[in-house]
Amino acid sequence: MSVAKIWVLAEVADGAPITTSLELITAARELGGTVEAVAYGDATASVAATLGEYGVTTVHDVGDLAGSLPGSPVAATIAAAVAAGSGPDAILFPATYDGRDIAGRLSVKLDRPVLTNVVDLSAGDGGLVSQHAIFGGSQMLSAKFTGEGPQIFVVRAKSFAAEPSGGAPAAVVAAPAPDTGAANAAKIVARHVEERSGPKLDEANVVVSGGRGLGEKDQYALIEELAGLLKGAAGASRAIVDAGWVPYSHQVGQTGKTVKPTVYVACGISGATQHLVGMKNSKNIVAINKDQDAPIFSVADLGIVGDVHKVLPQLIEALKARG
Amino acid sequence: MNVVVCVKQIPDPAAPGALDPGTKNLVRAGKLILDDSDAYGVEMALQLADAAGGGEVTLVSMAPNGETSGLRTALAMGAAKAILISDESLAGTDALGTAKVLAAAIKRAEPDLILAATESTDGYTGTTPVQVAELLGLPSVTFAKKVEITGDSVKVERQTEAGFDEVESPLPAVVTVTAGVVEPRYPSFKGIMAAKSKPVETLTVADLGLDAGQVGAAGARQEVTDVAEAEARSAGEIVVDEGDGYTRVIAFLEQLKVL
Repeated sequence: MSVAKIWVLAEVADGAPITTSLELITAARELGGTVEAVAYGDATASVAATLGEYGVTTVHDVGDLAGSLPGSPVAATIAAAVAAGSGPDAILFPATYDGRDIAGRLSVKLDRPVLTNVVDLSAGDGGLVSQHAIFGGSQMLSAKFTGEGPQIFVVRAKSFAAEPSGGAPAAVVAAPAPDTGAANAAKIVARHVEERSGPKLDEANVVVSGGRGLGEKDQYALIEELAGLLKGAAGASRAIVDAGWVPYSHQVGQTGKTVKPTVYVACGISGATQHLVGMKNSKNIVAINKDQDAPIFSVADLGIVGDVHKVLPQLIEALKARG
Repeated sequence: MNVVVCVKQIPDPAAPGALDPGTKNLVRAGKLILDDSDAYGVEMALQLADAAGGGEVTLVSMAPNGETSGLRTALAMGAAKAILISDESLAGTDALGTAKVLAAAIKRAEPDLILAATESTDGYTGTTPVQVAELLGLPSVTFAKKVEITGDSVKVERQTEAGFDEVESPLPAVVTVTAGVVEPRYPSFKGIMAAKSKPVETLTVADLGLDAGQVGAAGARQEVTDVAEAEARSAGEIVVDEGDGYTRVIAFLEQLKVL
């Protein structure tokens, strides 16, 4: 069972394929064989050129979903291709809200297991071998599938670099979803875009994150202000998301986003292993915490043992004064 | 309105994790507690059943060794009863296998709504609830920040990269909730005492009519090929703030050309 053909879910946002999808297409290209994409929505034709630049030869277009959530219809399209004998040997999904849904439903339709939280892939004997960070990233586990059938992987952002290879635009093939009945009954009735000033958390060059050391929800404003002044994004530890101070979208860690900014500033974050997994590959880490024994200091390039309520306002004032 | 909440009983996350050297499975011996992530699902279920004018909240959990301590915590919060699936043949079961077990158990409860966390704290595969929905032929809405029942549909504010979507689904449906969606109640003393005598039905794989080959390590159809220490990141400079710590941060950022 070799991987002659790999499909990648090409999620599209703001008229372009998301970076993680381009990262996976690059990885798929390097694993050899044919790389195809599966996309949905009404923008597939307009991204075919970009997908082609990264090595995609064909993009299977599920088309406009008419308000359906992608999980059921996109999984059904992929399963239909597999049943028809034109499906892939492996399918790579970005670890996004929709990527996970599609992968989960596909795994049931094909009765094939799924490996998630993948941070690396290599070609192995008879299939792909995936790597996973476990126990807070202190250990790396390698895994592979057994048995026949497509291999389904959900891959974390920033596991690979996205690099174009200069290919021709991908051919777009219509692949409308078969009817899945009740499983497809959930419908999007309205979309809300939250005003975001500054870059997206998983693409920002600078990330400033806050944790329980901030003390209370109102103090998160310091994080947002500092992030703004550094033209970065604001993140959070799981502890303050659990406490309801900020939404899940801000969470960095094992069960949140993985970030690899040039600078990660951890404020009032102890550095529990589940948080470290999400940020320890940042190029540079600054930590501010009043506990000198906080585990975050073992990964920080610059650690300030101090009270965030003193240090952050001073930092903010100094940055504002620079103009 | 009857709600099922899928809950997981996990080793205390504060204790260091370990893999069994032979099977490479996560060691789940010792005391298991209710996954913190599931407190939100349980609380949400209790509030929704209440708002709908009544109904039962049933817990469904797959755990080794007939473990019930995590279930008793959720029962103490107010859940009415629990279904526990415990069977030696379930050792090494993956997400898909777990979904098959949970789906078979949930079918017996015939709920209007099924709630779960978006992922567990120890395994964090993140696909099991959606796999359960697919196995039961139900719609699913994941990453709910807000959940409301109106008549026989559920309205959800679903987290997205750009903000959130308002999603509606007819019931029955599977909804996964993010942390912080509600504030879980602390069980009262009365609740803790009552929980001791609330019914916990224990089932085996055979009771569910499942084939042993679909679950356990054999059913998982995946294997660990290696476990290695990751590259450690070494600590840099640590400075005690004496009123000027912020200047060190600025100097550091300047040197990196971030400022």
